[in-house]
Amino acid sequence: MIIGMMFGLEYNEALVLYGASLLGAAAGVIGCFAVLRGRALTGDALAHAALPGLCVAFLWYGALSMPALLAGAAVSGVLGIGVITALRRWTRIKEDAAIAIVLSVFTGAGVVLLSVIQNQRASGQAGLQGFIFGSTASMNFQDVMLITGLALVALMVVTAAFKEFKLVSFDAAFARAQGWPAFAIDFTLMLLIVVAIVIGLPAAGVLLMAALLVVPGAAARFWTDRLHVMLILAGLFGAAAGLTGAGVTITIAIPTGPVIILAAATIFVISMLFAPRRGLIARQREDRQLRQRLTLPNVVTGES
Amino acid sequence: MPPPILDVHDVTVAYHRKPVLWDVDLTVTKPSLVGIVGPNGAGKSTLIKAILGLVPLVSGSVHVFGQPVSQERRRIGYVPQRESVDWDFPVNVLDVVLMGTYGRLGWFRRPGAREKAWAHECLAEVGMADLARQQIGQLSGGQQQRTFLARALAQQADLYFMDEPFAGVDAATERAIATLLRQLRRDGKTLFVVHHDLRTVPSYFDHVILLNVRLVASGPTPLVFTEDNLRKTYGGRLAILETMGQALSQEERTA
Repeated sequence: MIIGMMFGLEYNEALVLYGASLLGAAAGVIGCFAVLRGRALTGDALAHAALPGLCVAFLWYGALSMPALLAGAAVSGVLGIGVITALRRWTRIKEDAAIAIVLSVFTGAGVVLLSVIQNQRASGQAGLQGFIFGSTASMNFQDVMLITGLALVALMVVTAAFKEFKLVSFDAAFARAQGWPAFAIDFTLMLLIVVAIVIGLPAAGVLLMAALLVVPGAAARFWTDRLHVMLILAGLFGAAAGLTGAGVTITIAIPTGPVIILAAATIFVISMLFAPRRGLIARQREDRQLRQRLTLPNVVTGES
Repeated sequence: MPPPILDVHDVTVAYHRKPVLWDVDLTVTKPSLVGIVGPNGAGKSTLIKAILGLVPLVSGSVHVFGQPVSQERRRIGYVPQRESVDWDFPVNVLDVVLMGTYGRLGWFRRPGAREKAWAHECLAEVGMADLARQQIGQLSGGQQQRTFLARALAQQADLYFMDEPFAGVDAATERAIATLLRQLRRDGKTLFVVHHDLRTVPSYFDHVILLNVRLVASGPTPLVFTEDNLRKTYGGRLAILETMGQALSQEERTA
């Protein structure tokens, strides 16, 4: 707060910057588990499926209330996941098709609802528009406190139950044989993913939120083979992306979500290219060295 | 008289309404090294999973040491099939072995110096002392299997269930695992091992369970592992049985 104000930022702007970094950190850390468990697309479907819920919450409440909007988003996001699960279980539709169906149908429904709201010319509907591509501009003190509070709680749960999450993510059958309630632990993890997505929607938007969840974790994986290091790095990457997004949109009038995602993508590309050992360049060098070593005896003996 | 180590009573398991285990009755009363043998799809893995409570029972009950399994989890060690996990997961060998201590640690407590020292001991036991810091994705199949065994050892159990620990391992690892199993058996542990290679059954196991959806036979290897019982287990697959017959006669000659 104090540092932000030293740079000549207003109190509210500084607050938004801190909020966006903490939000990015939570999304990055929790997103690691989504990446490792192959749930990146599920996260994307959840974020898209949140849009109709946001609109219904707005219509119901009659004004722009952050708690109501986030609750509406969570309910319809989870409903979307429920539909995917049901389609996969009771029909012959495969998971990727089910996700594609839910993702587009829910987004379509959301856009229709949004147009209805727009035609009503209700007050605060401009703020609702911000949920598509994300916007930190209209956030007030209470909004930021709600979002950062939830982000902090989510981070604390991951820190406390790190061992349990690690075990269940790696080997759920072994966890159950050892007596752990693997289903409940996994459910908690899924719940955290829901929380991370929902609190990220105002800043990153329904269309792009999944990227903030997935990209920091995917980038962090290039740098390390240890889960706790991956979580810390992903948290830092997410925070940097959130900070960049919020910071840029204070000075330039563009939606926050795309800037956050471009910042995260930059980190991802750098990681993919330059990370030691797992990065593309390091791998290529290793391959070349291996090939040289293999051909060396032939050079020495003069045989081909 | 102490309660039986394992008592499986009338257990039936079905996937999508198709039975994979049918009315299995099984009792093991004294410490043994038990081989679970049968053709593909016979329900060998399912039997282990049913005992551990990892798949729902359509009917029947399972007791270990006279108690429901949920009461005795601390005394049970488990080696799942190697292919059941993602070996690109960001953990090293020591992390995986430490997971064996999680049951004793309970909620939220992290493994400390004592657990780490114990995990290193378990790794030494399977001949992987110098690979503790290795990322699991860089291990060979045999090393992955040894890592899983070390994790089971770290559980300090009295009763072990192992799903194909010999599958896809090199000869050195096969010998090392066989030696380890015998040593555990000598220490008074009971081990249930799903096994594929019929030729090695008589030399590895002192008790055999022959399974093909139904229980064909269960008892001391010399009594149960007979050509007649194998025919009942494997049905008309004569090629297997012929090799089996040769293996048996070879076994008799060398014994």
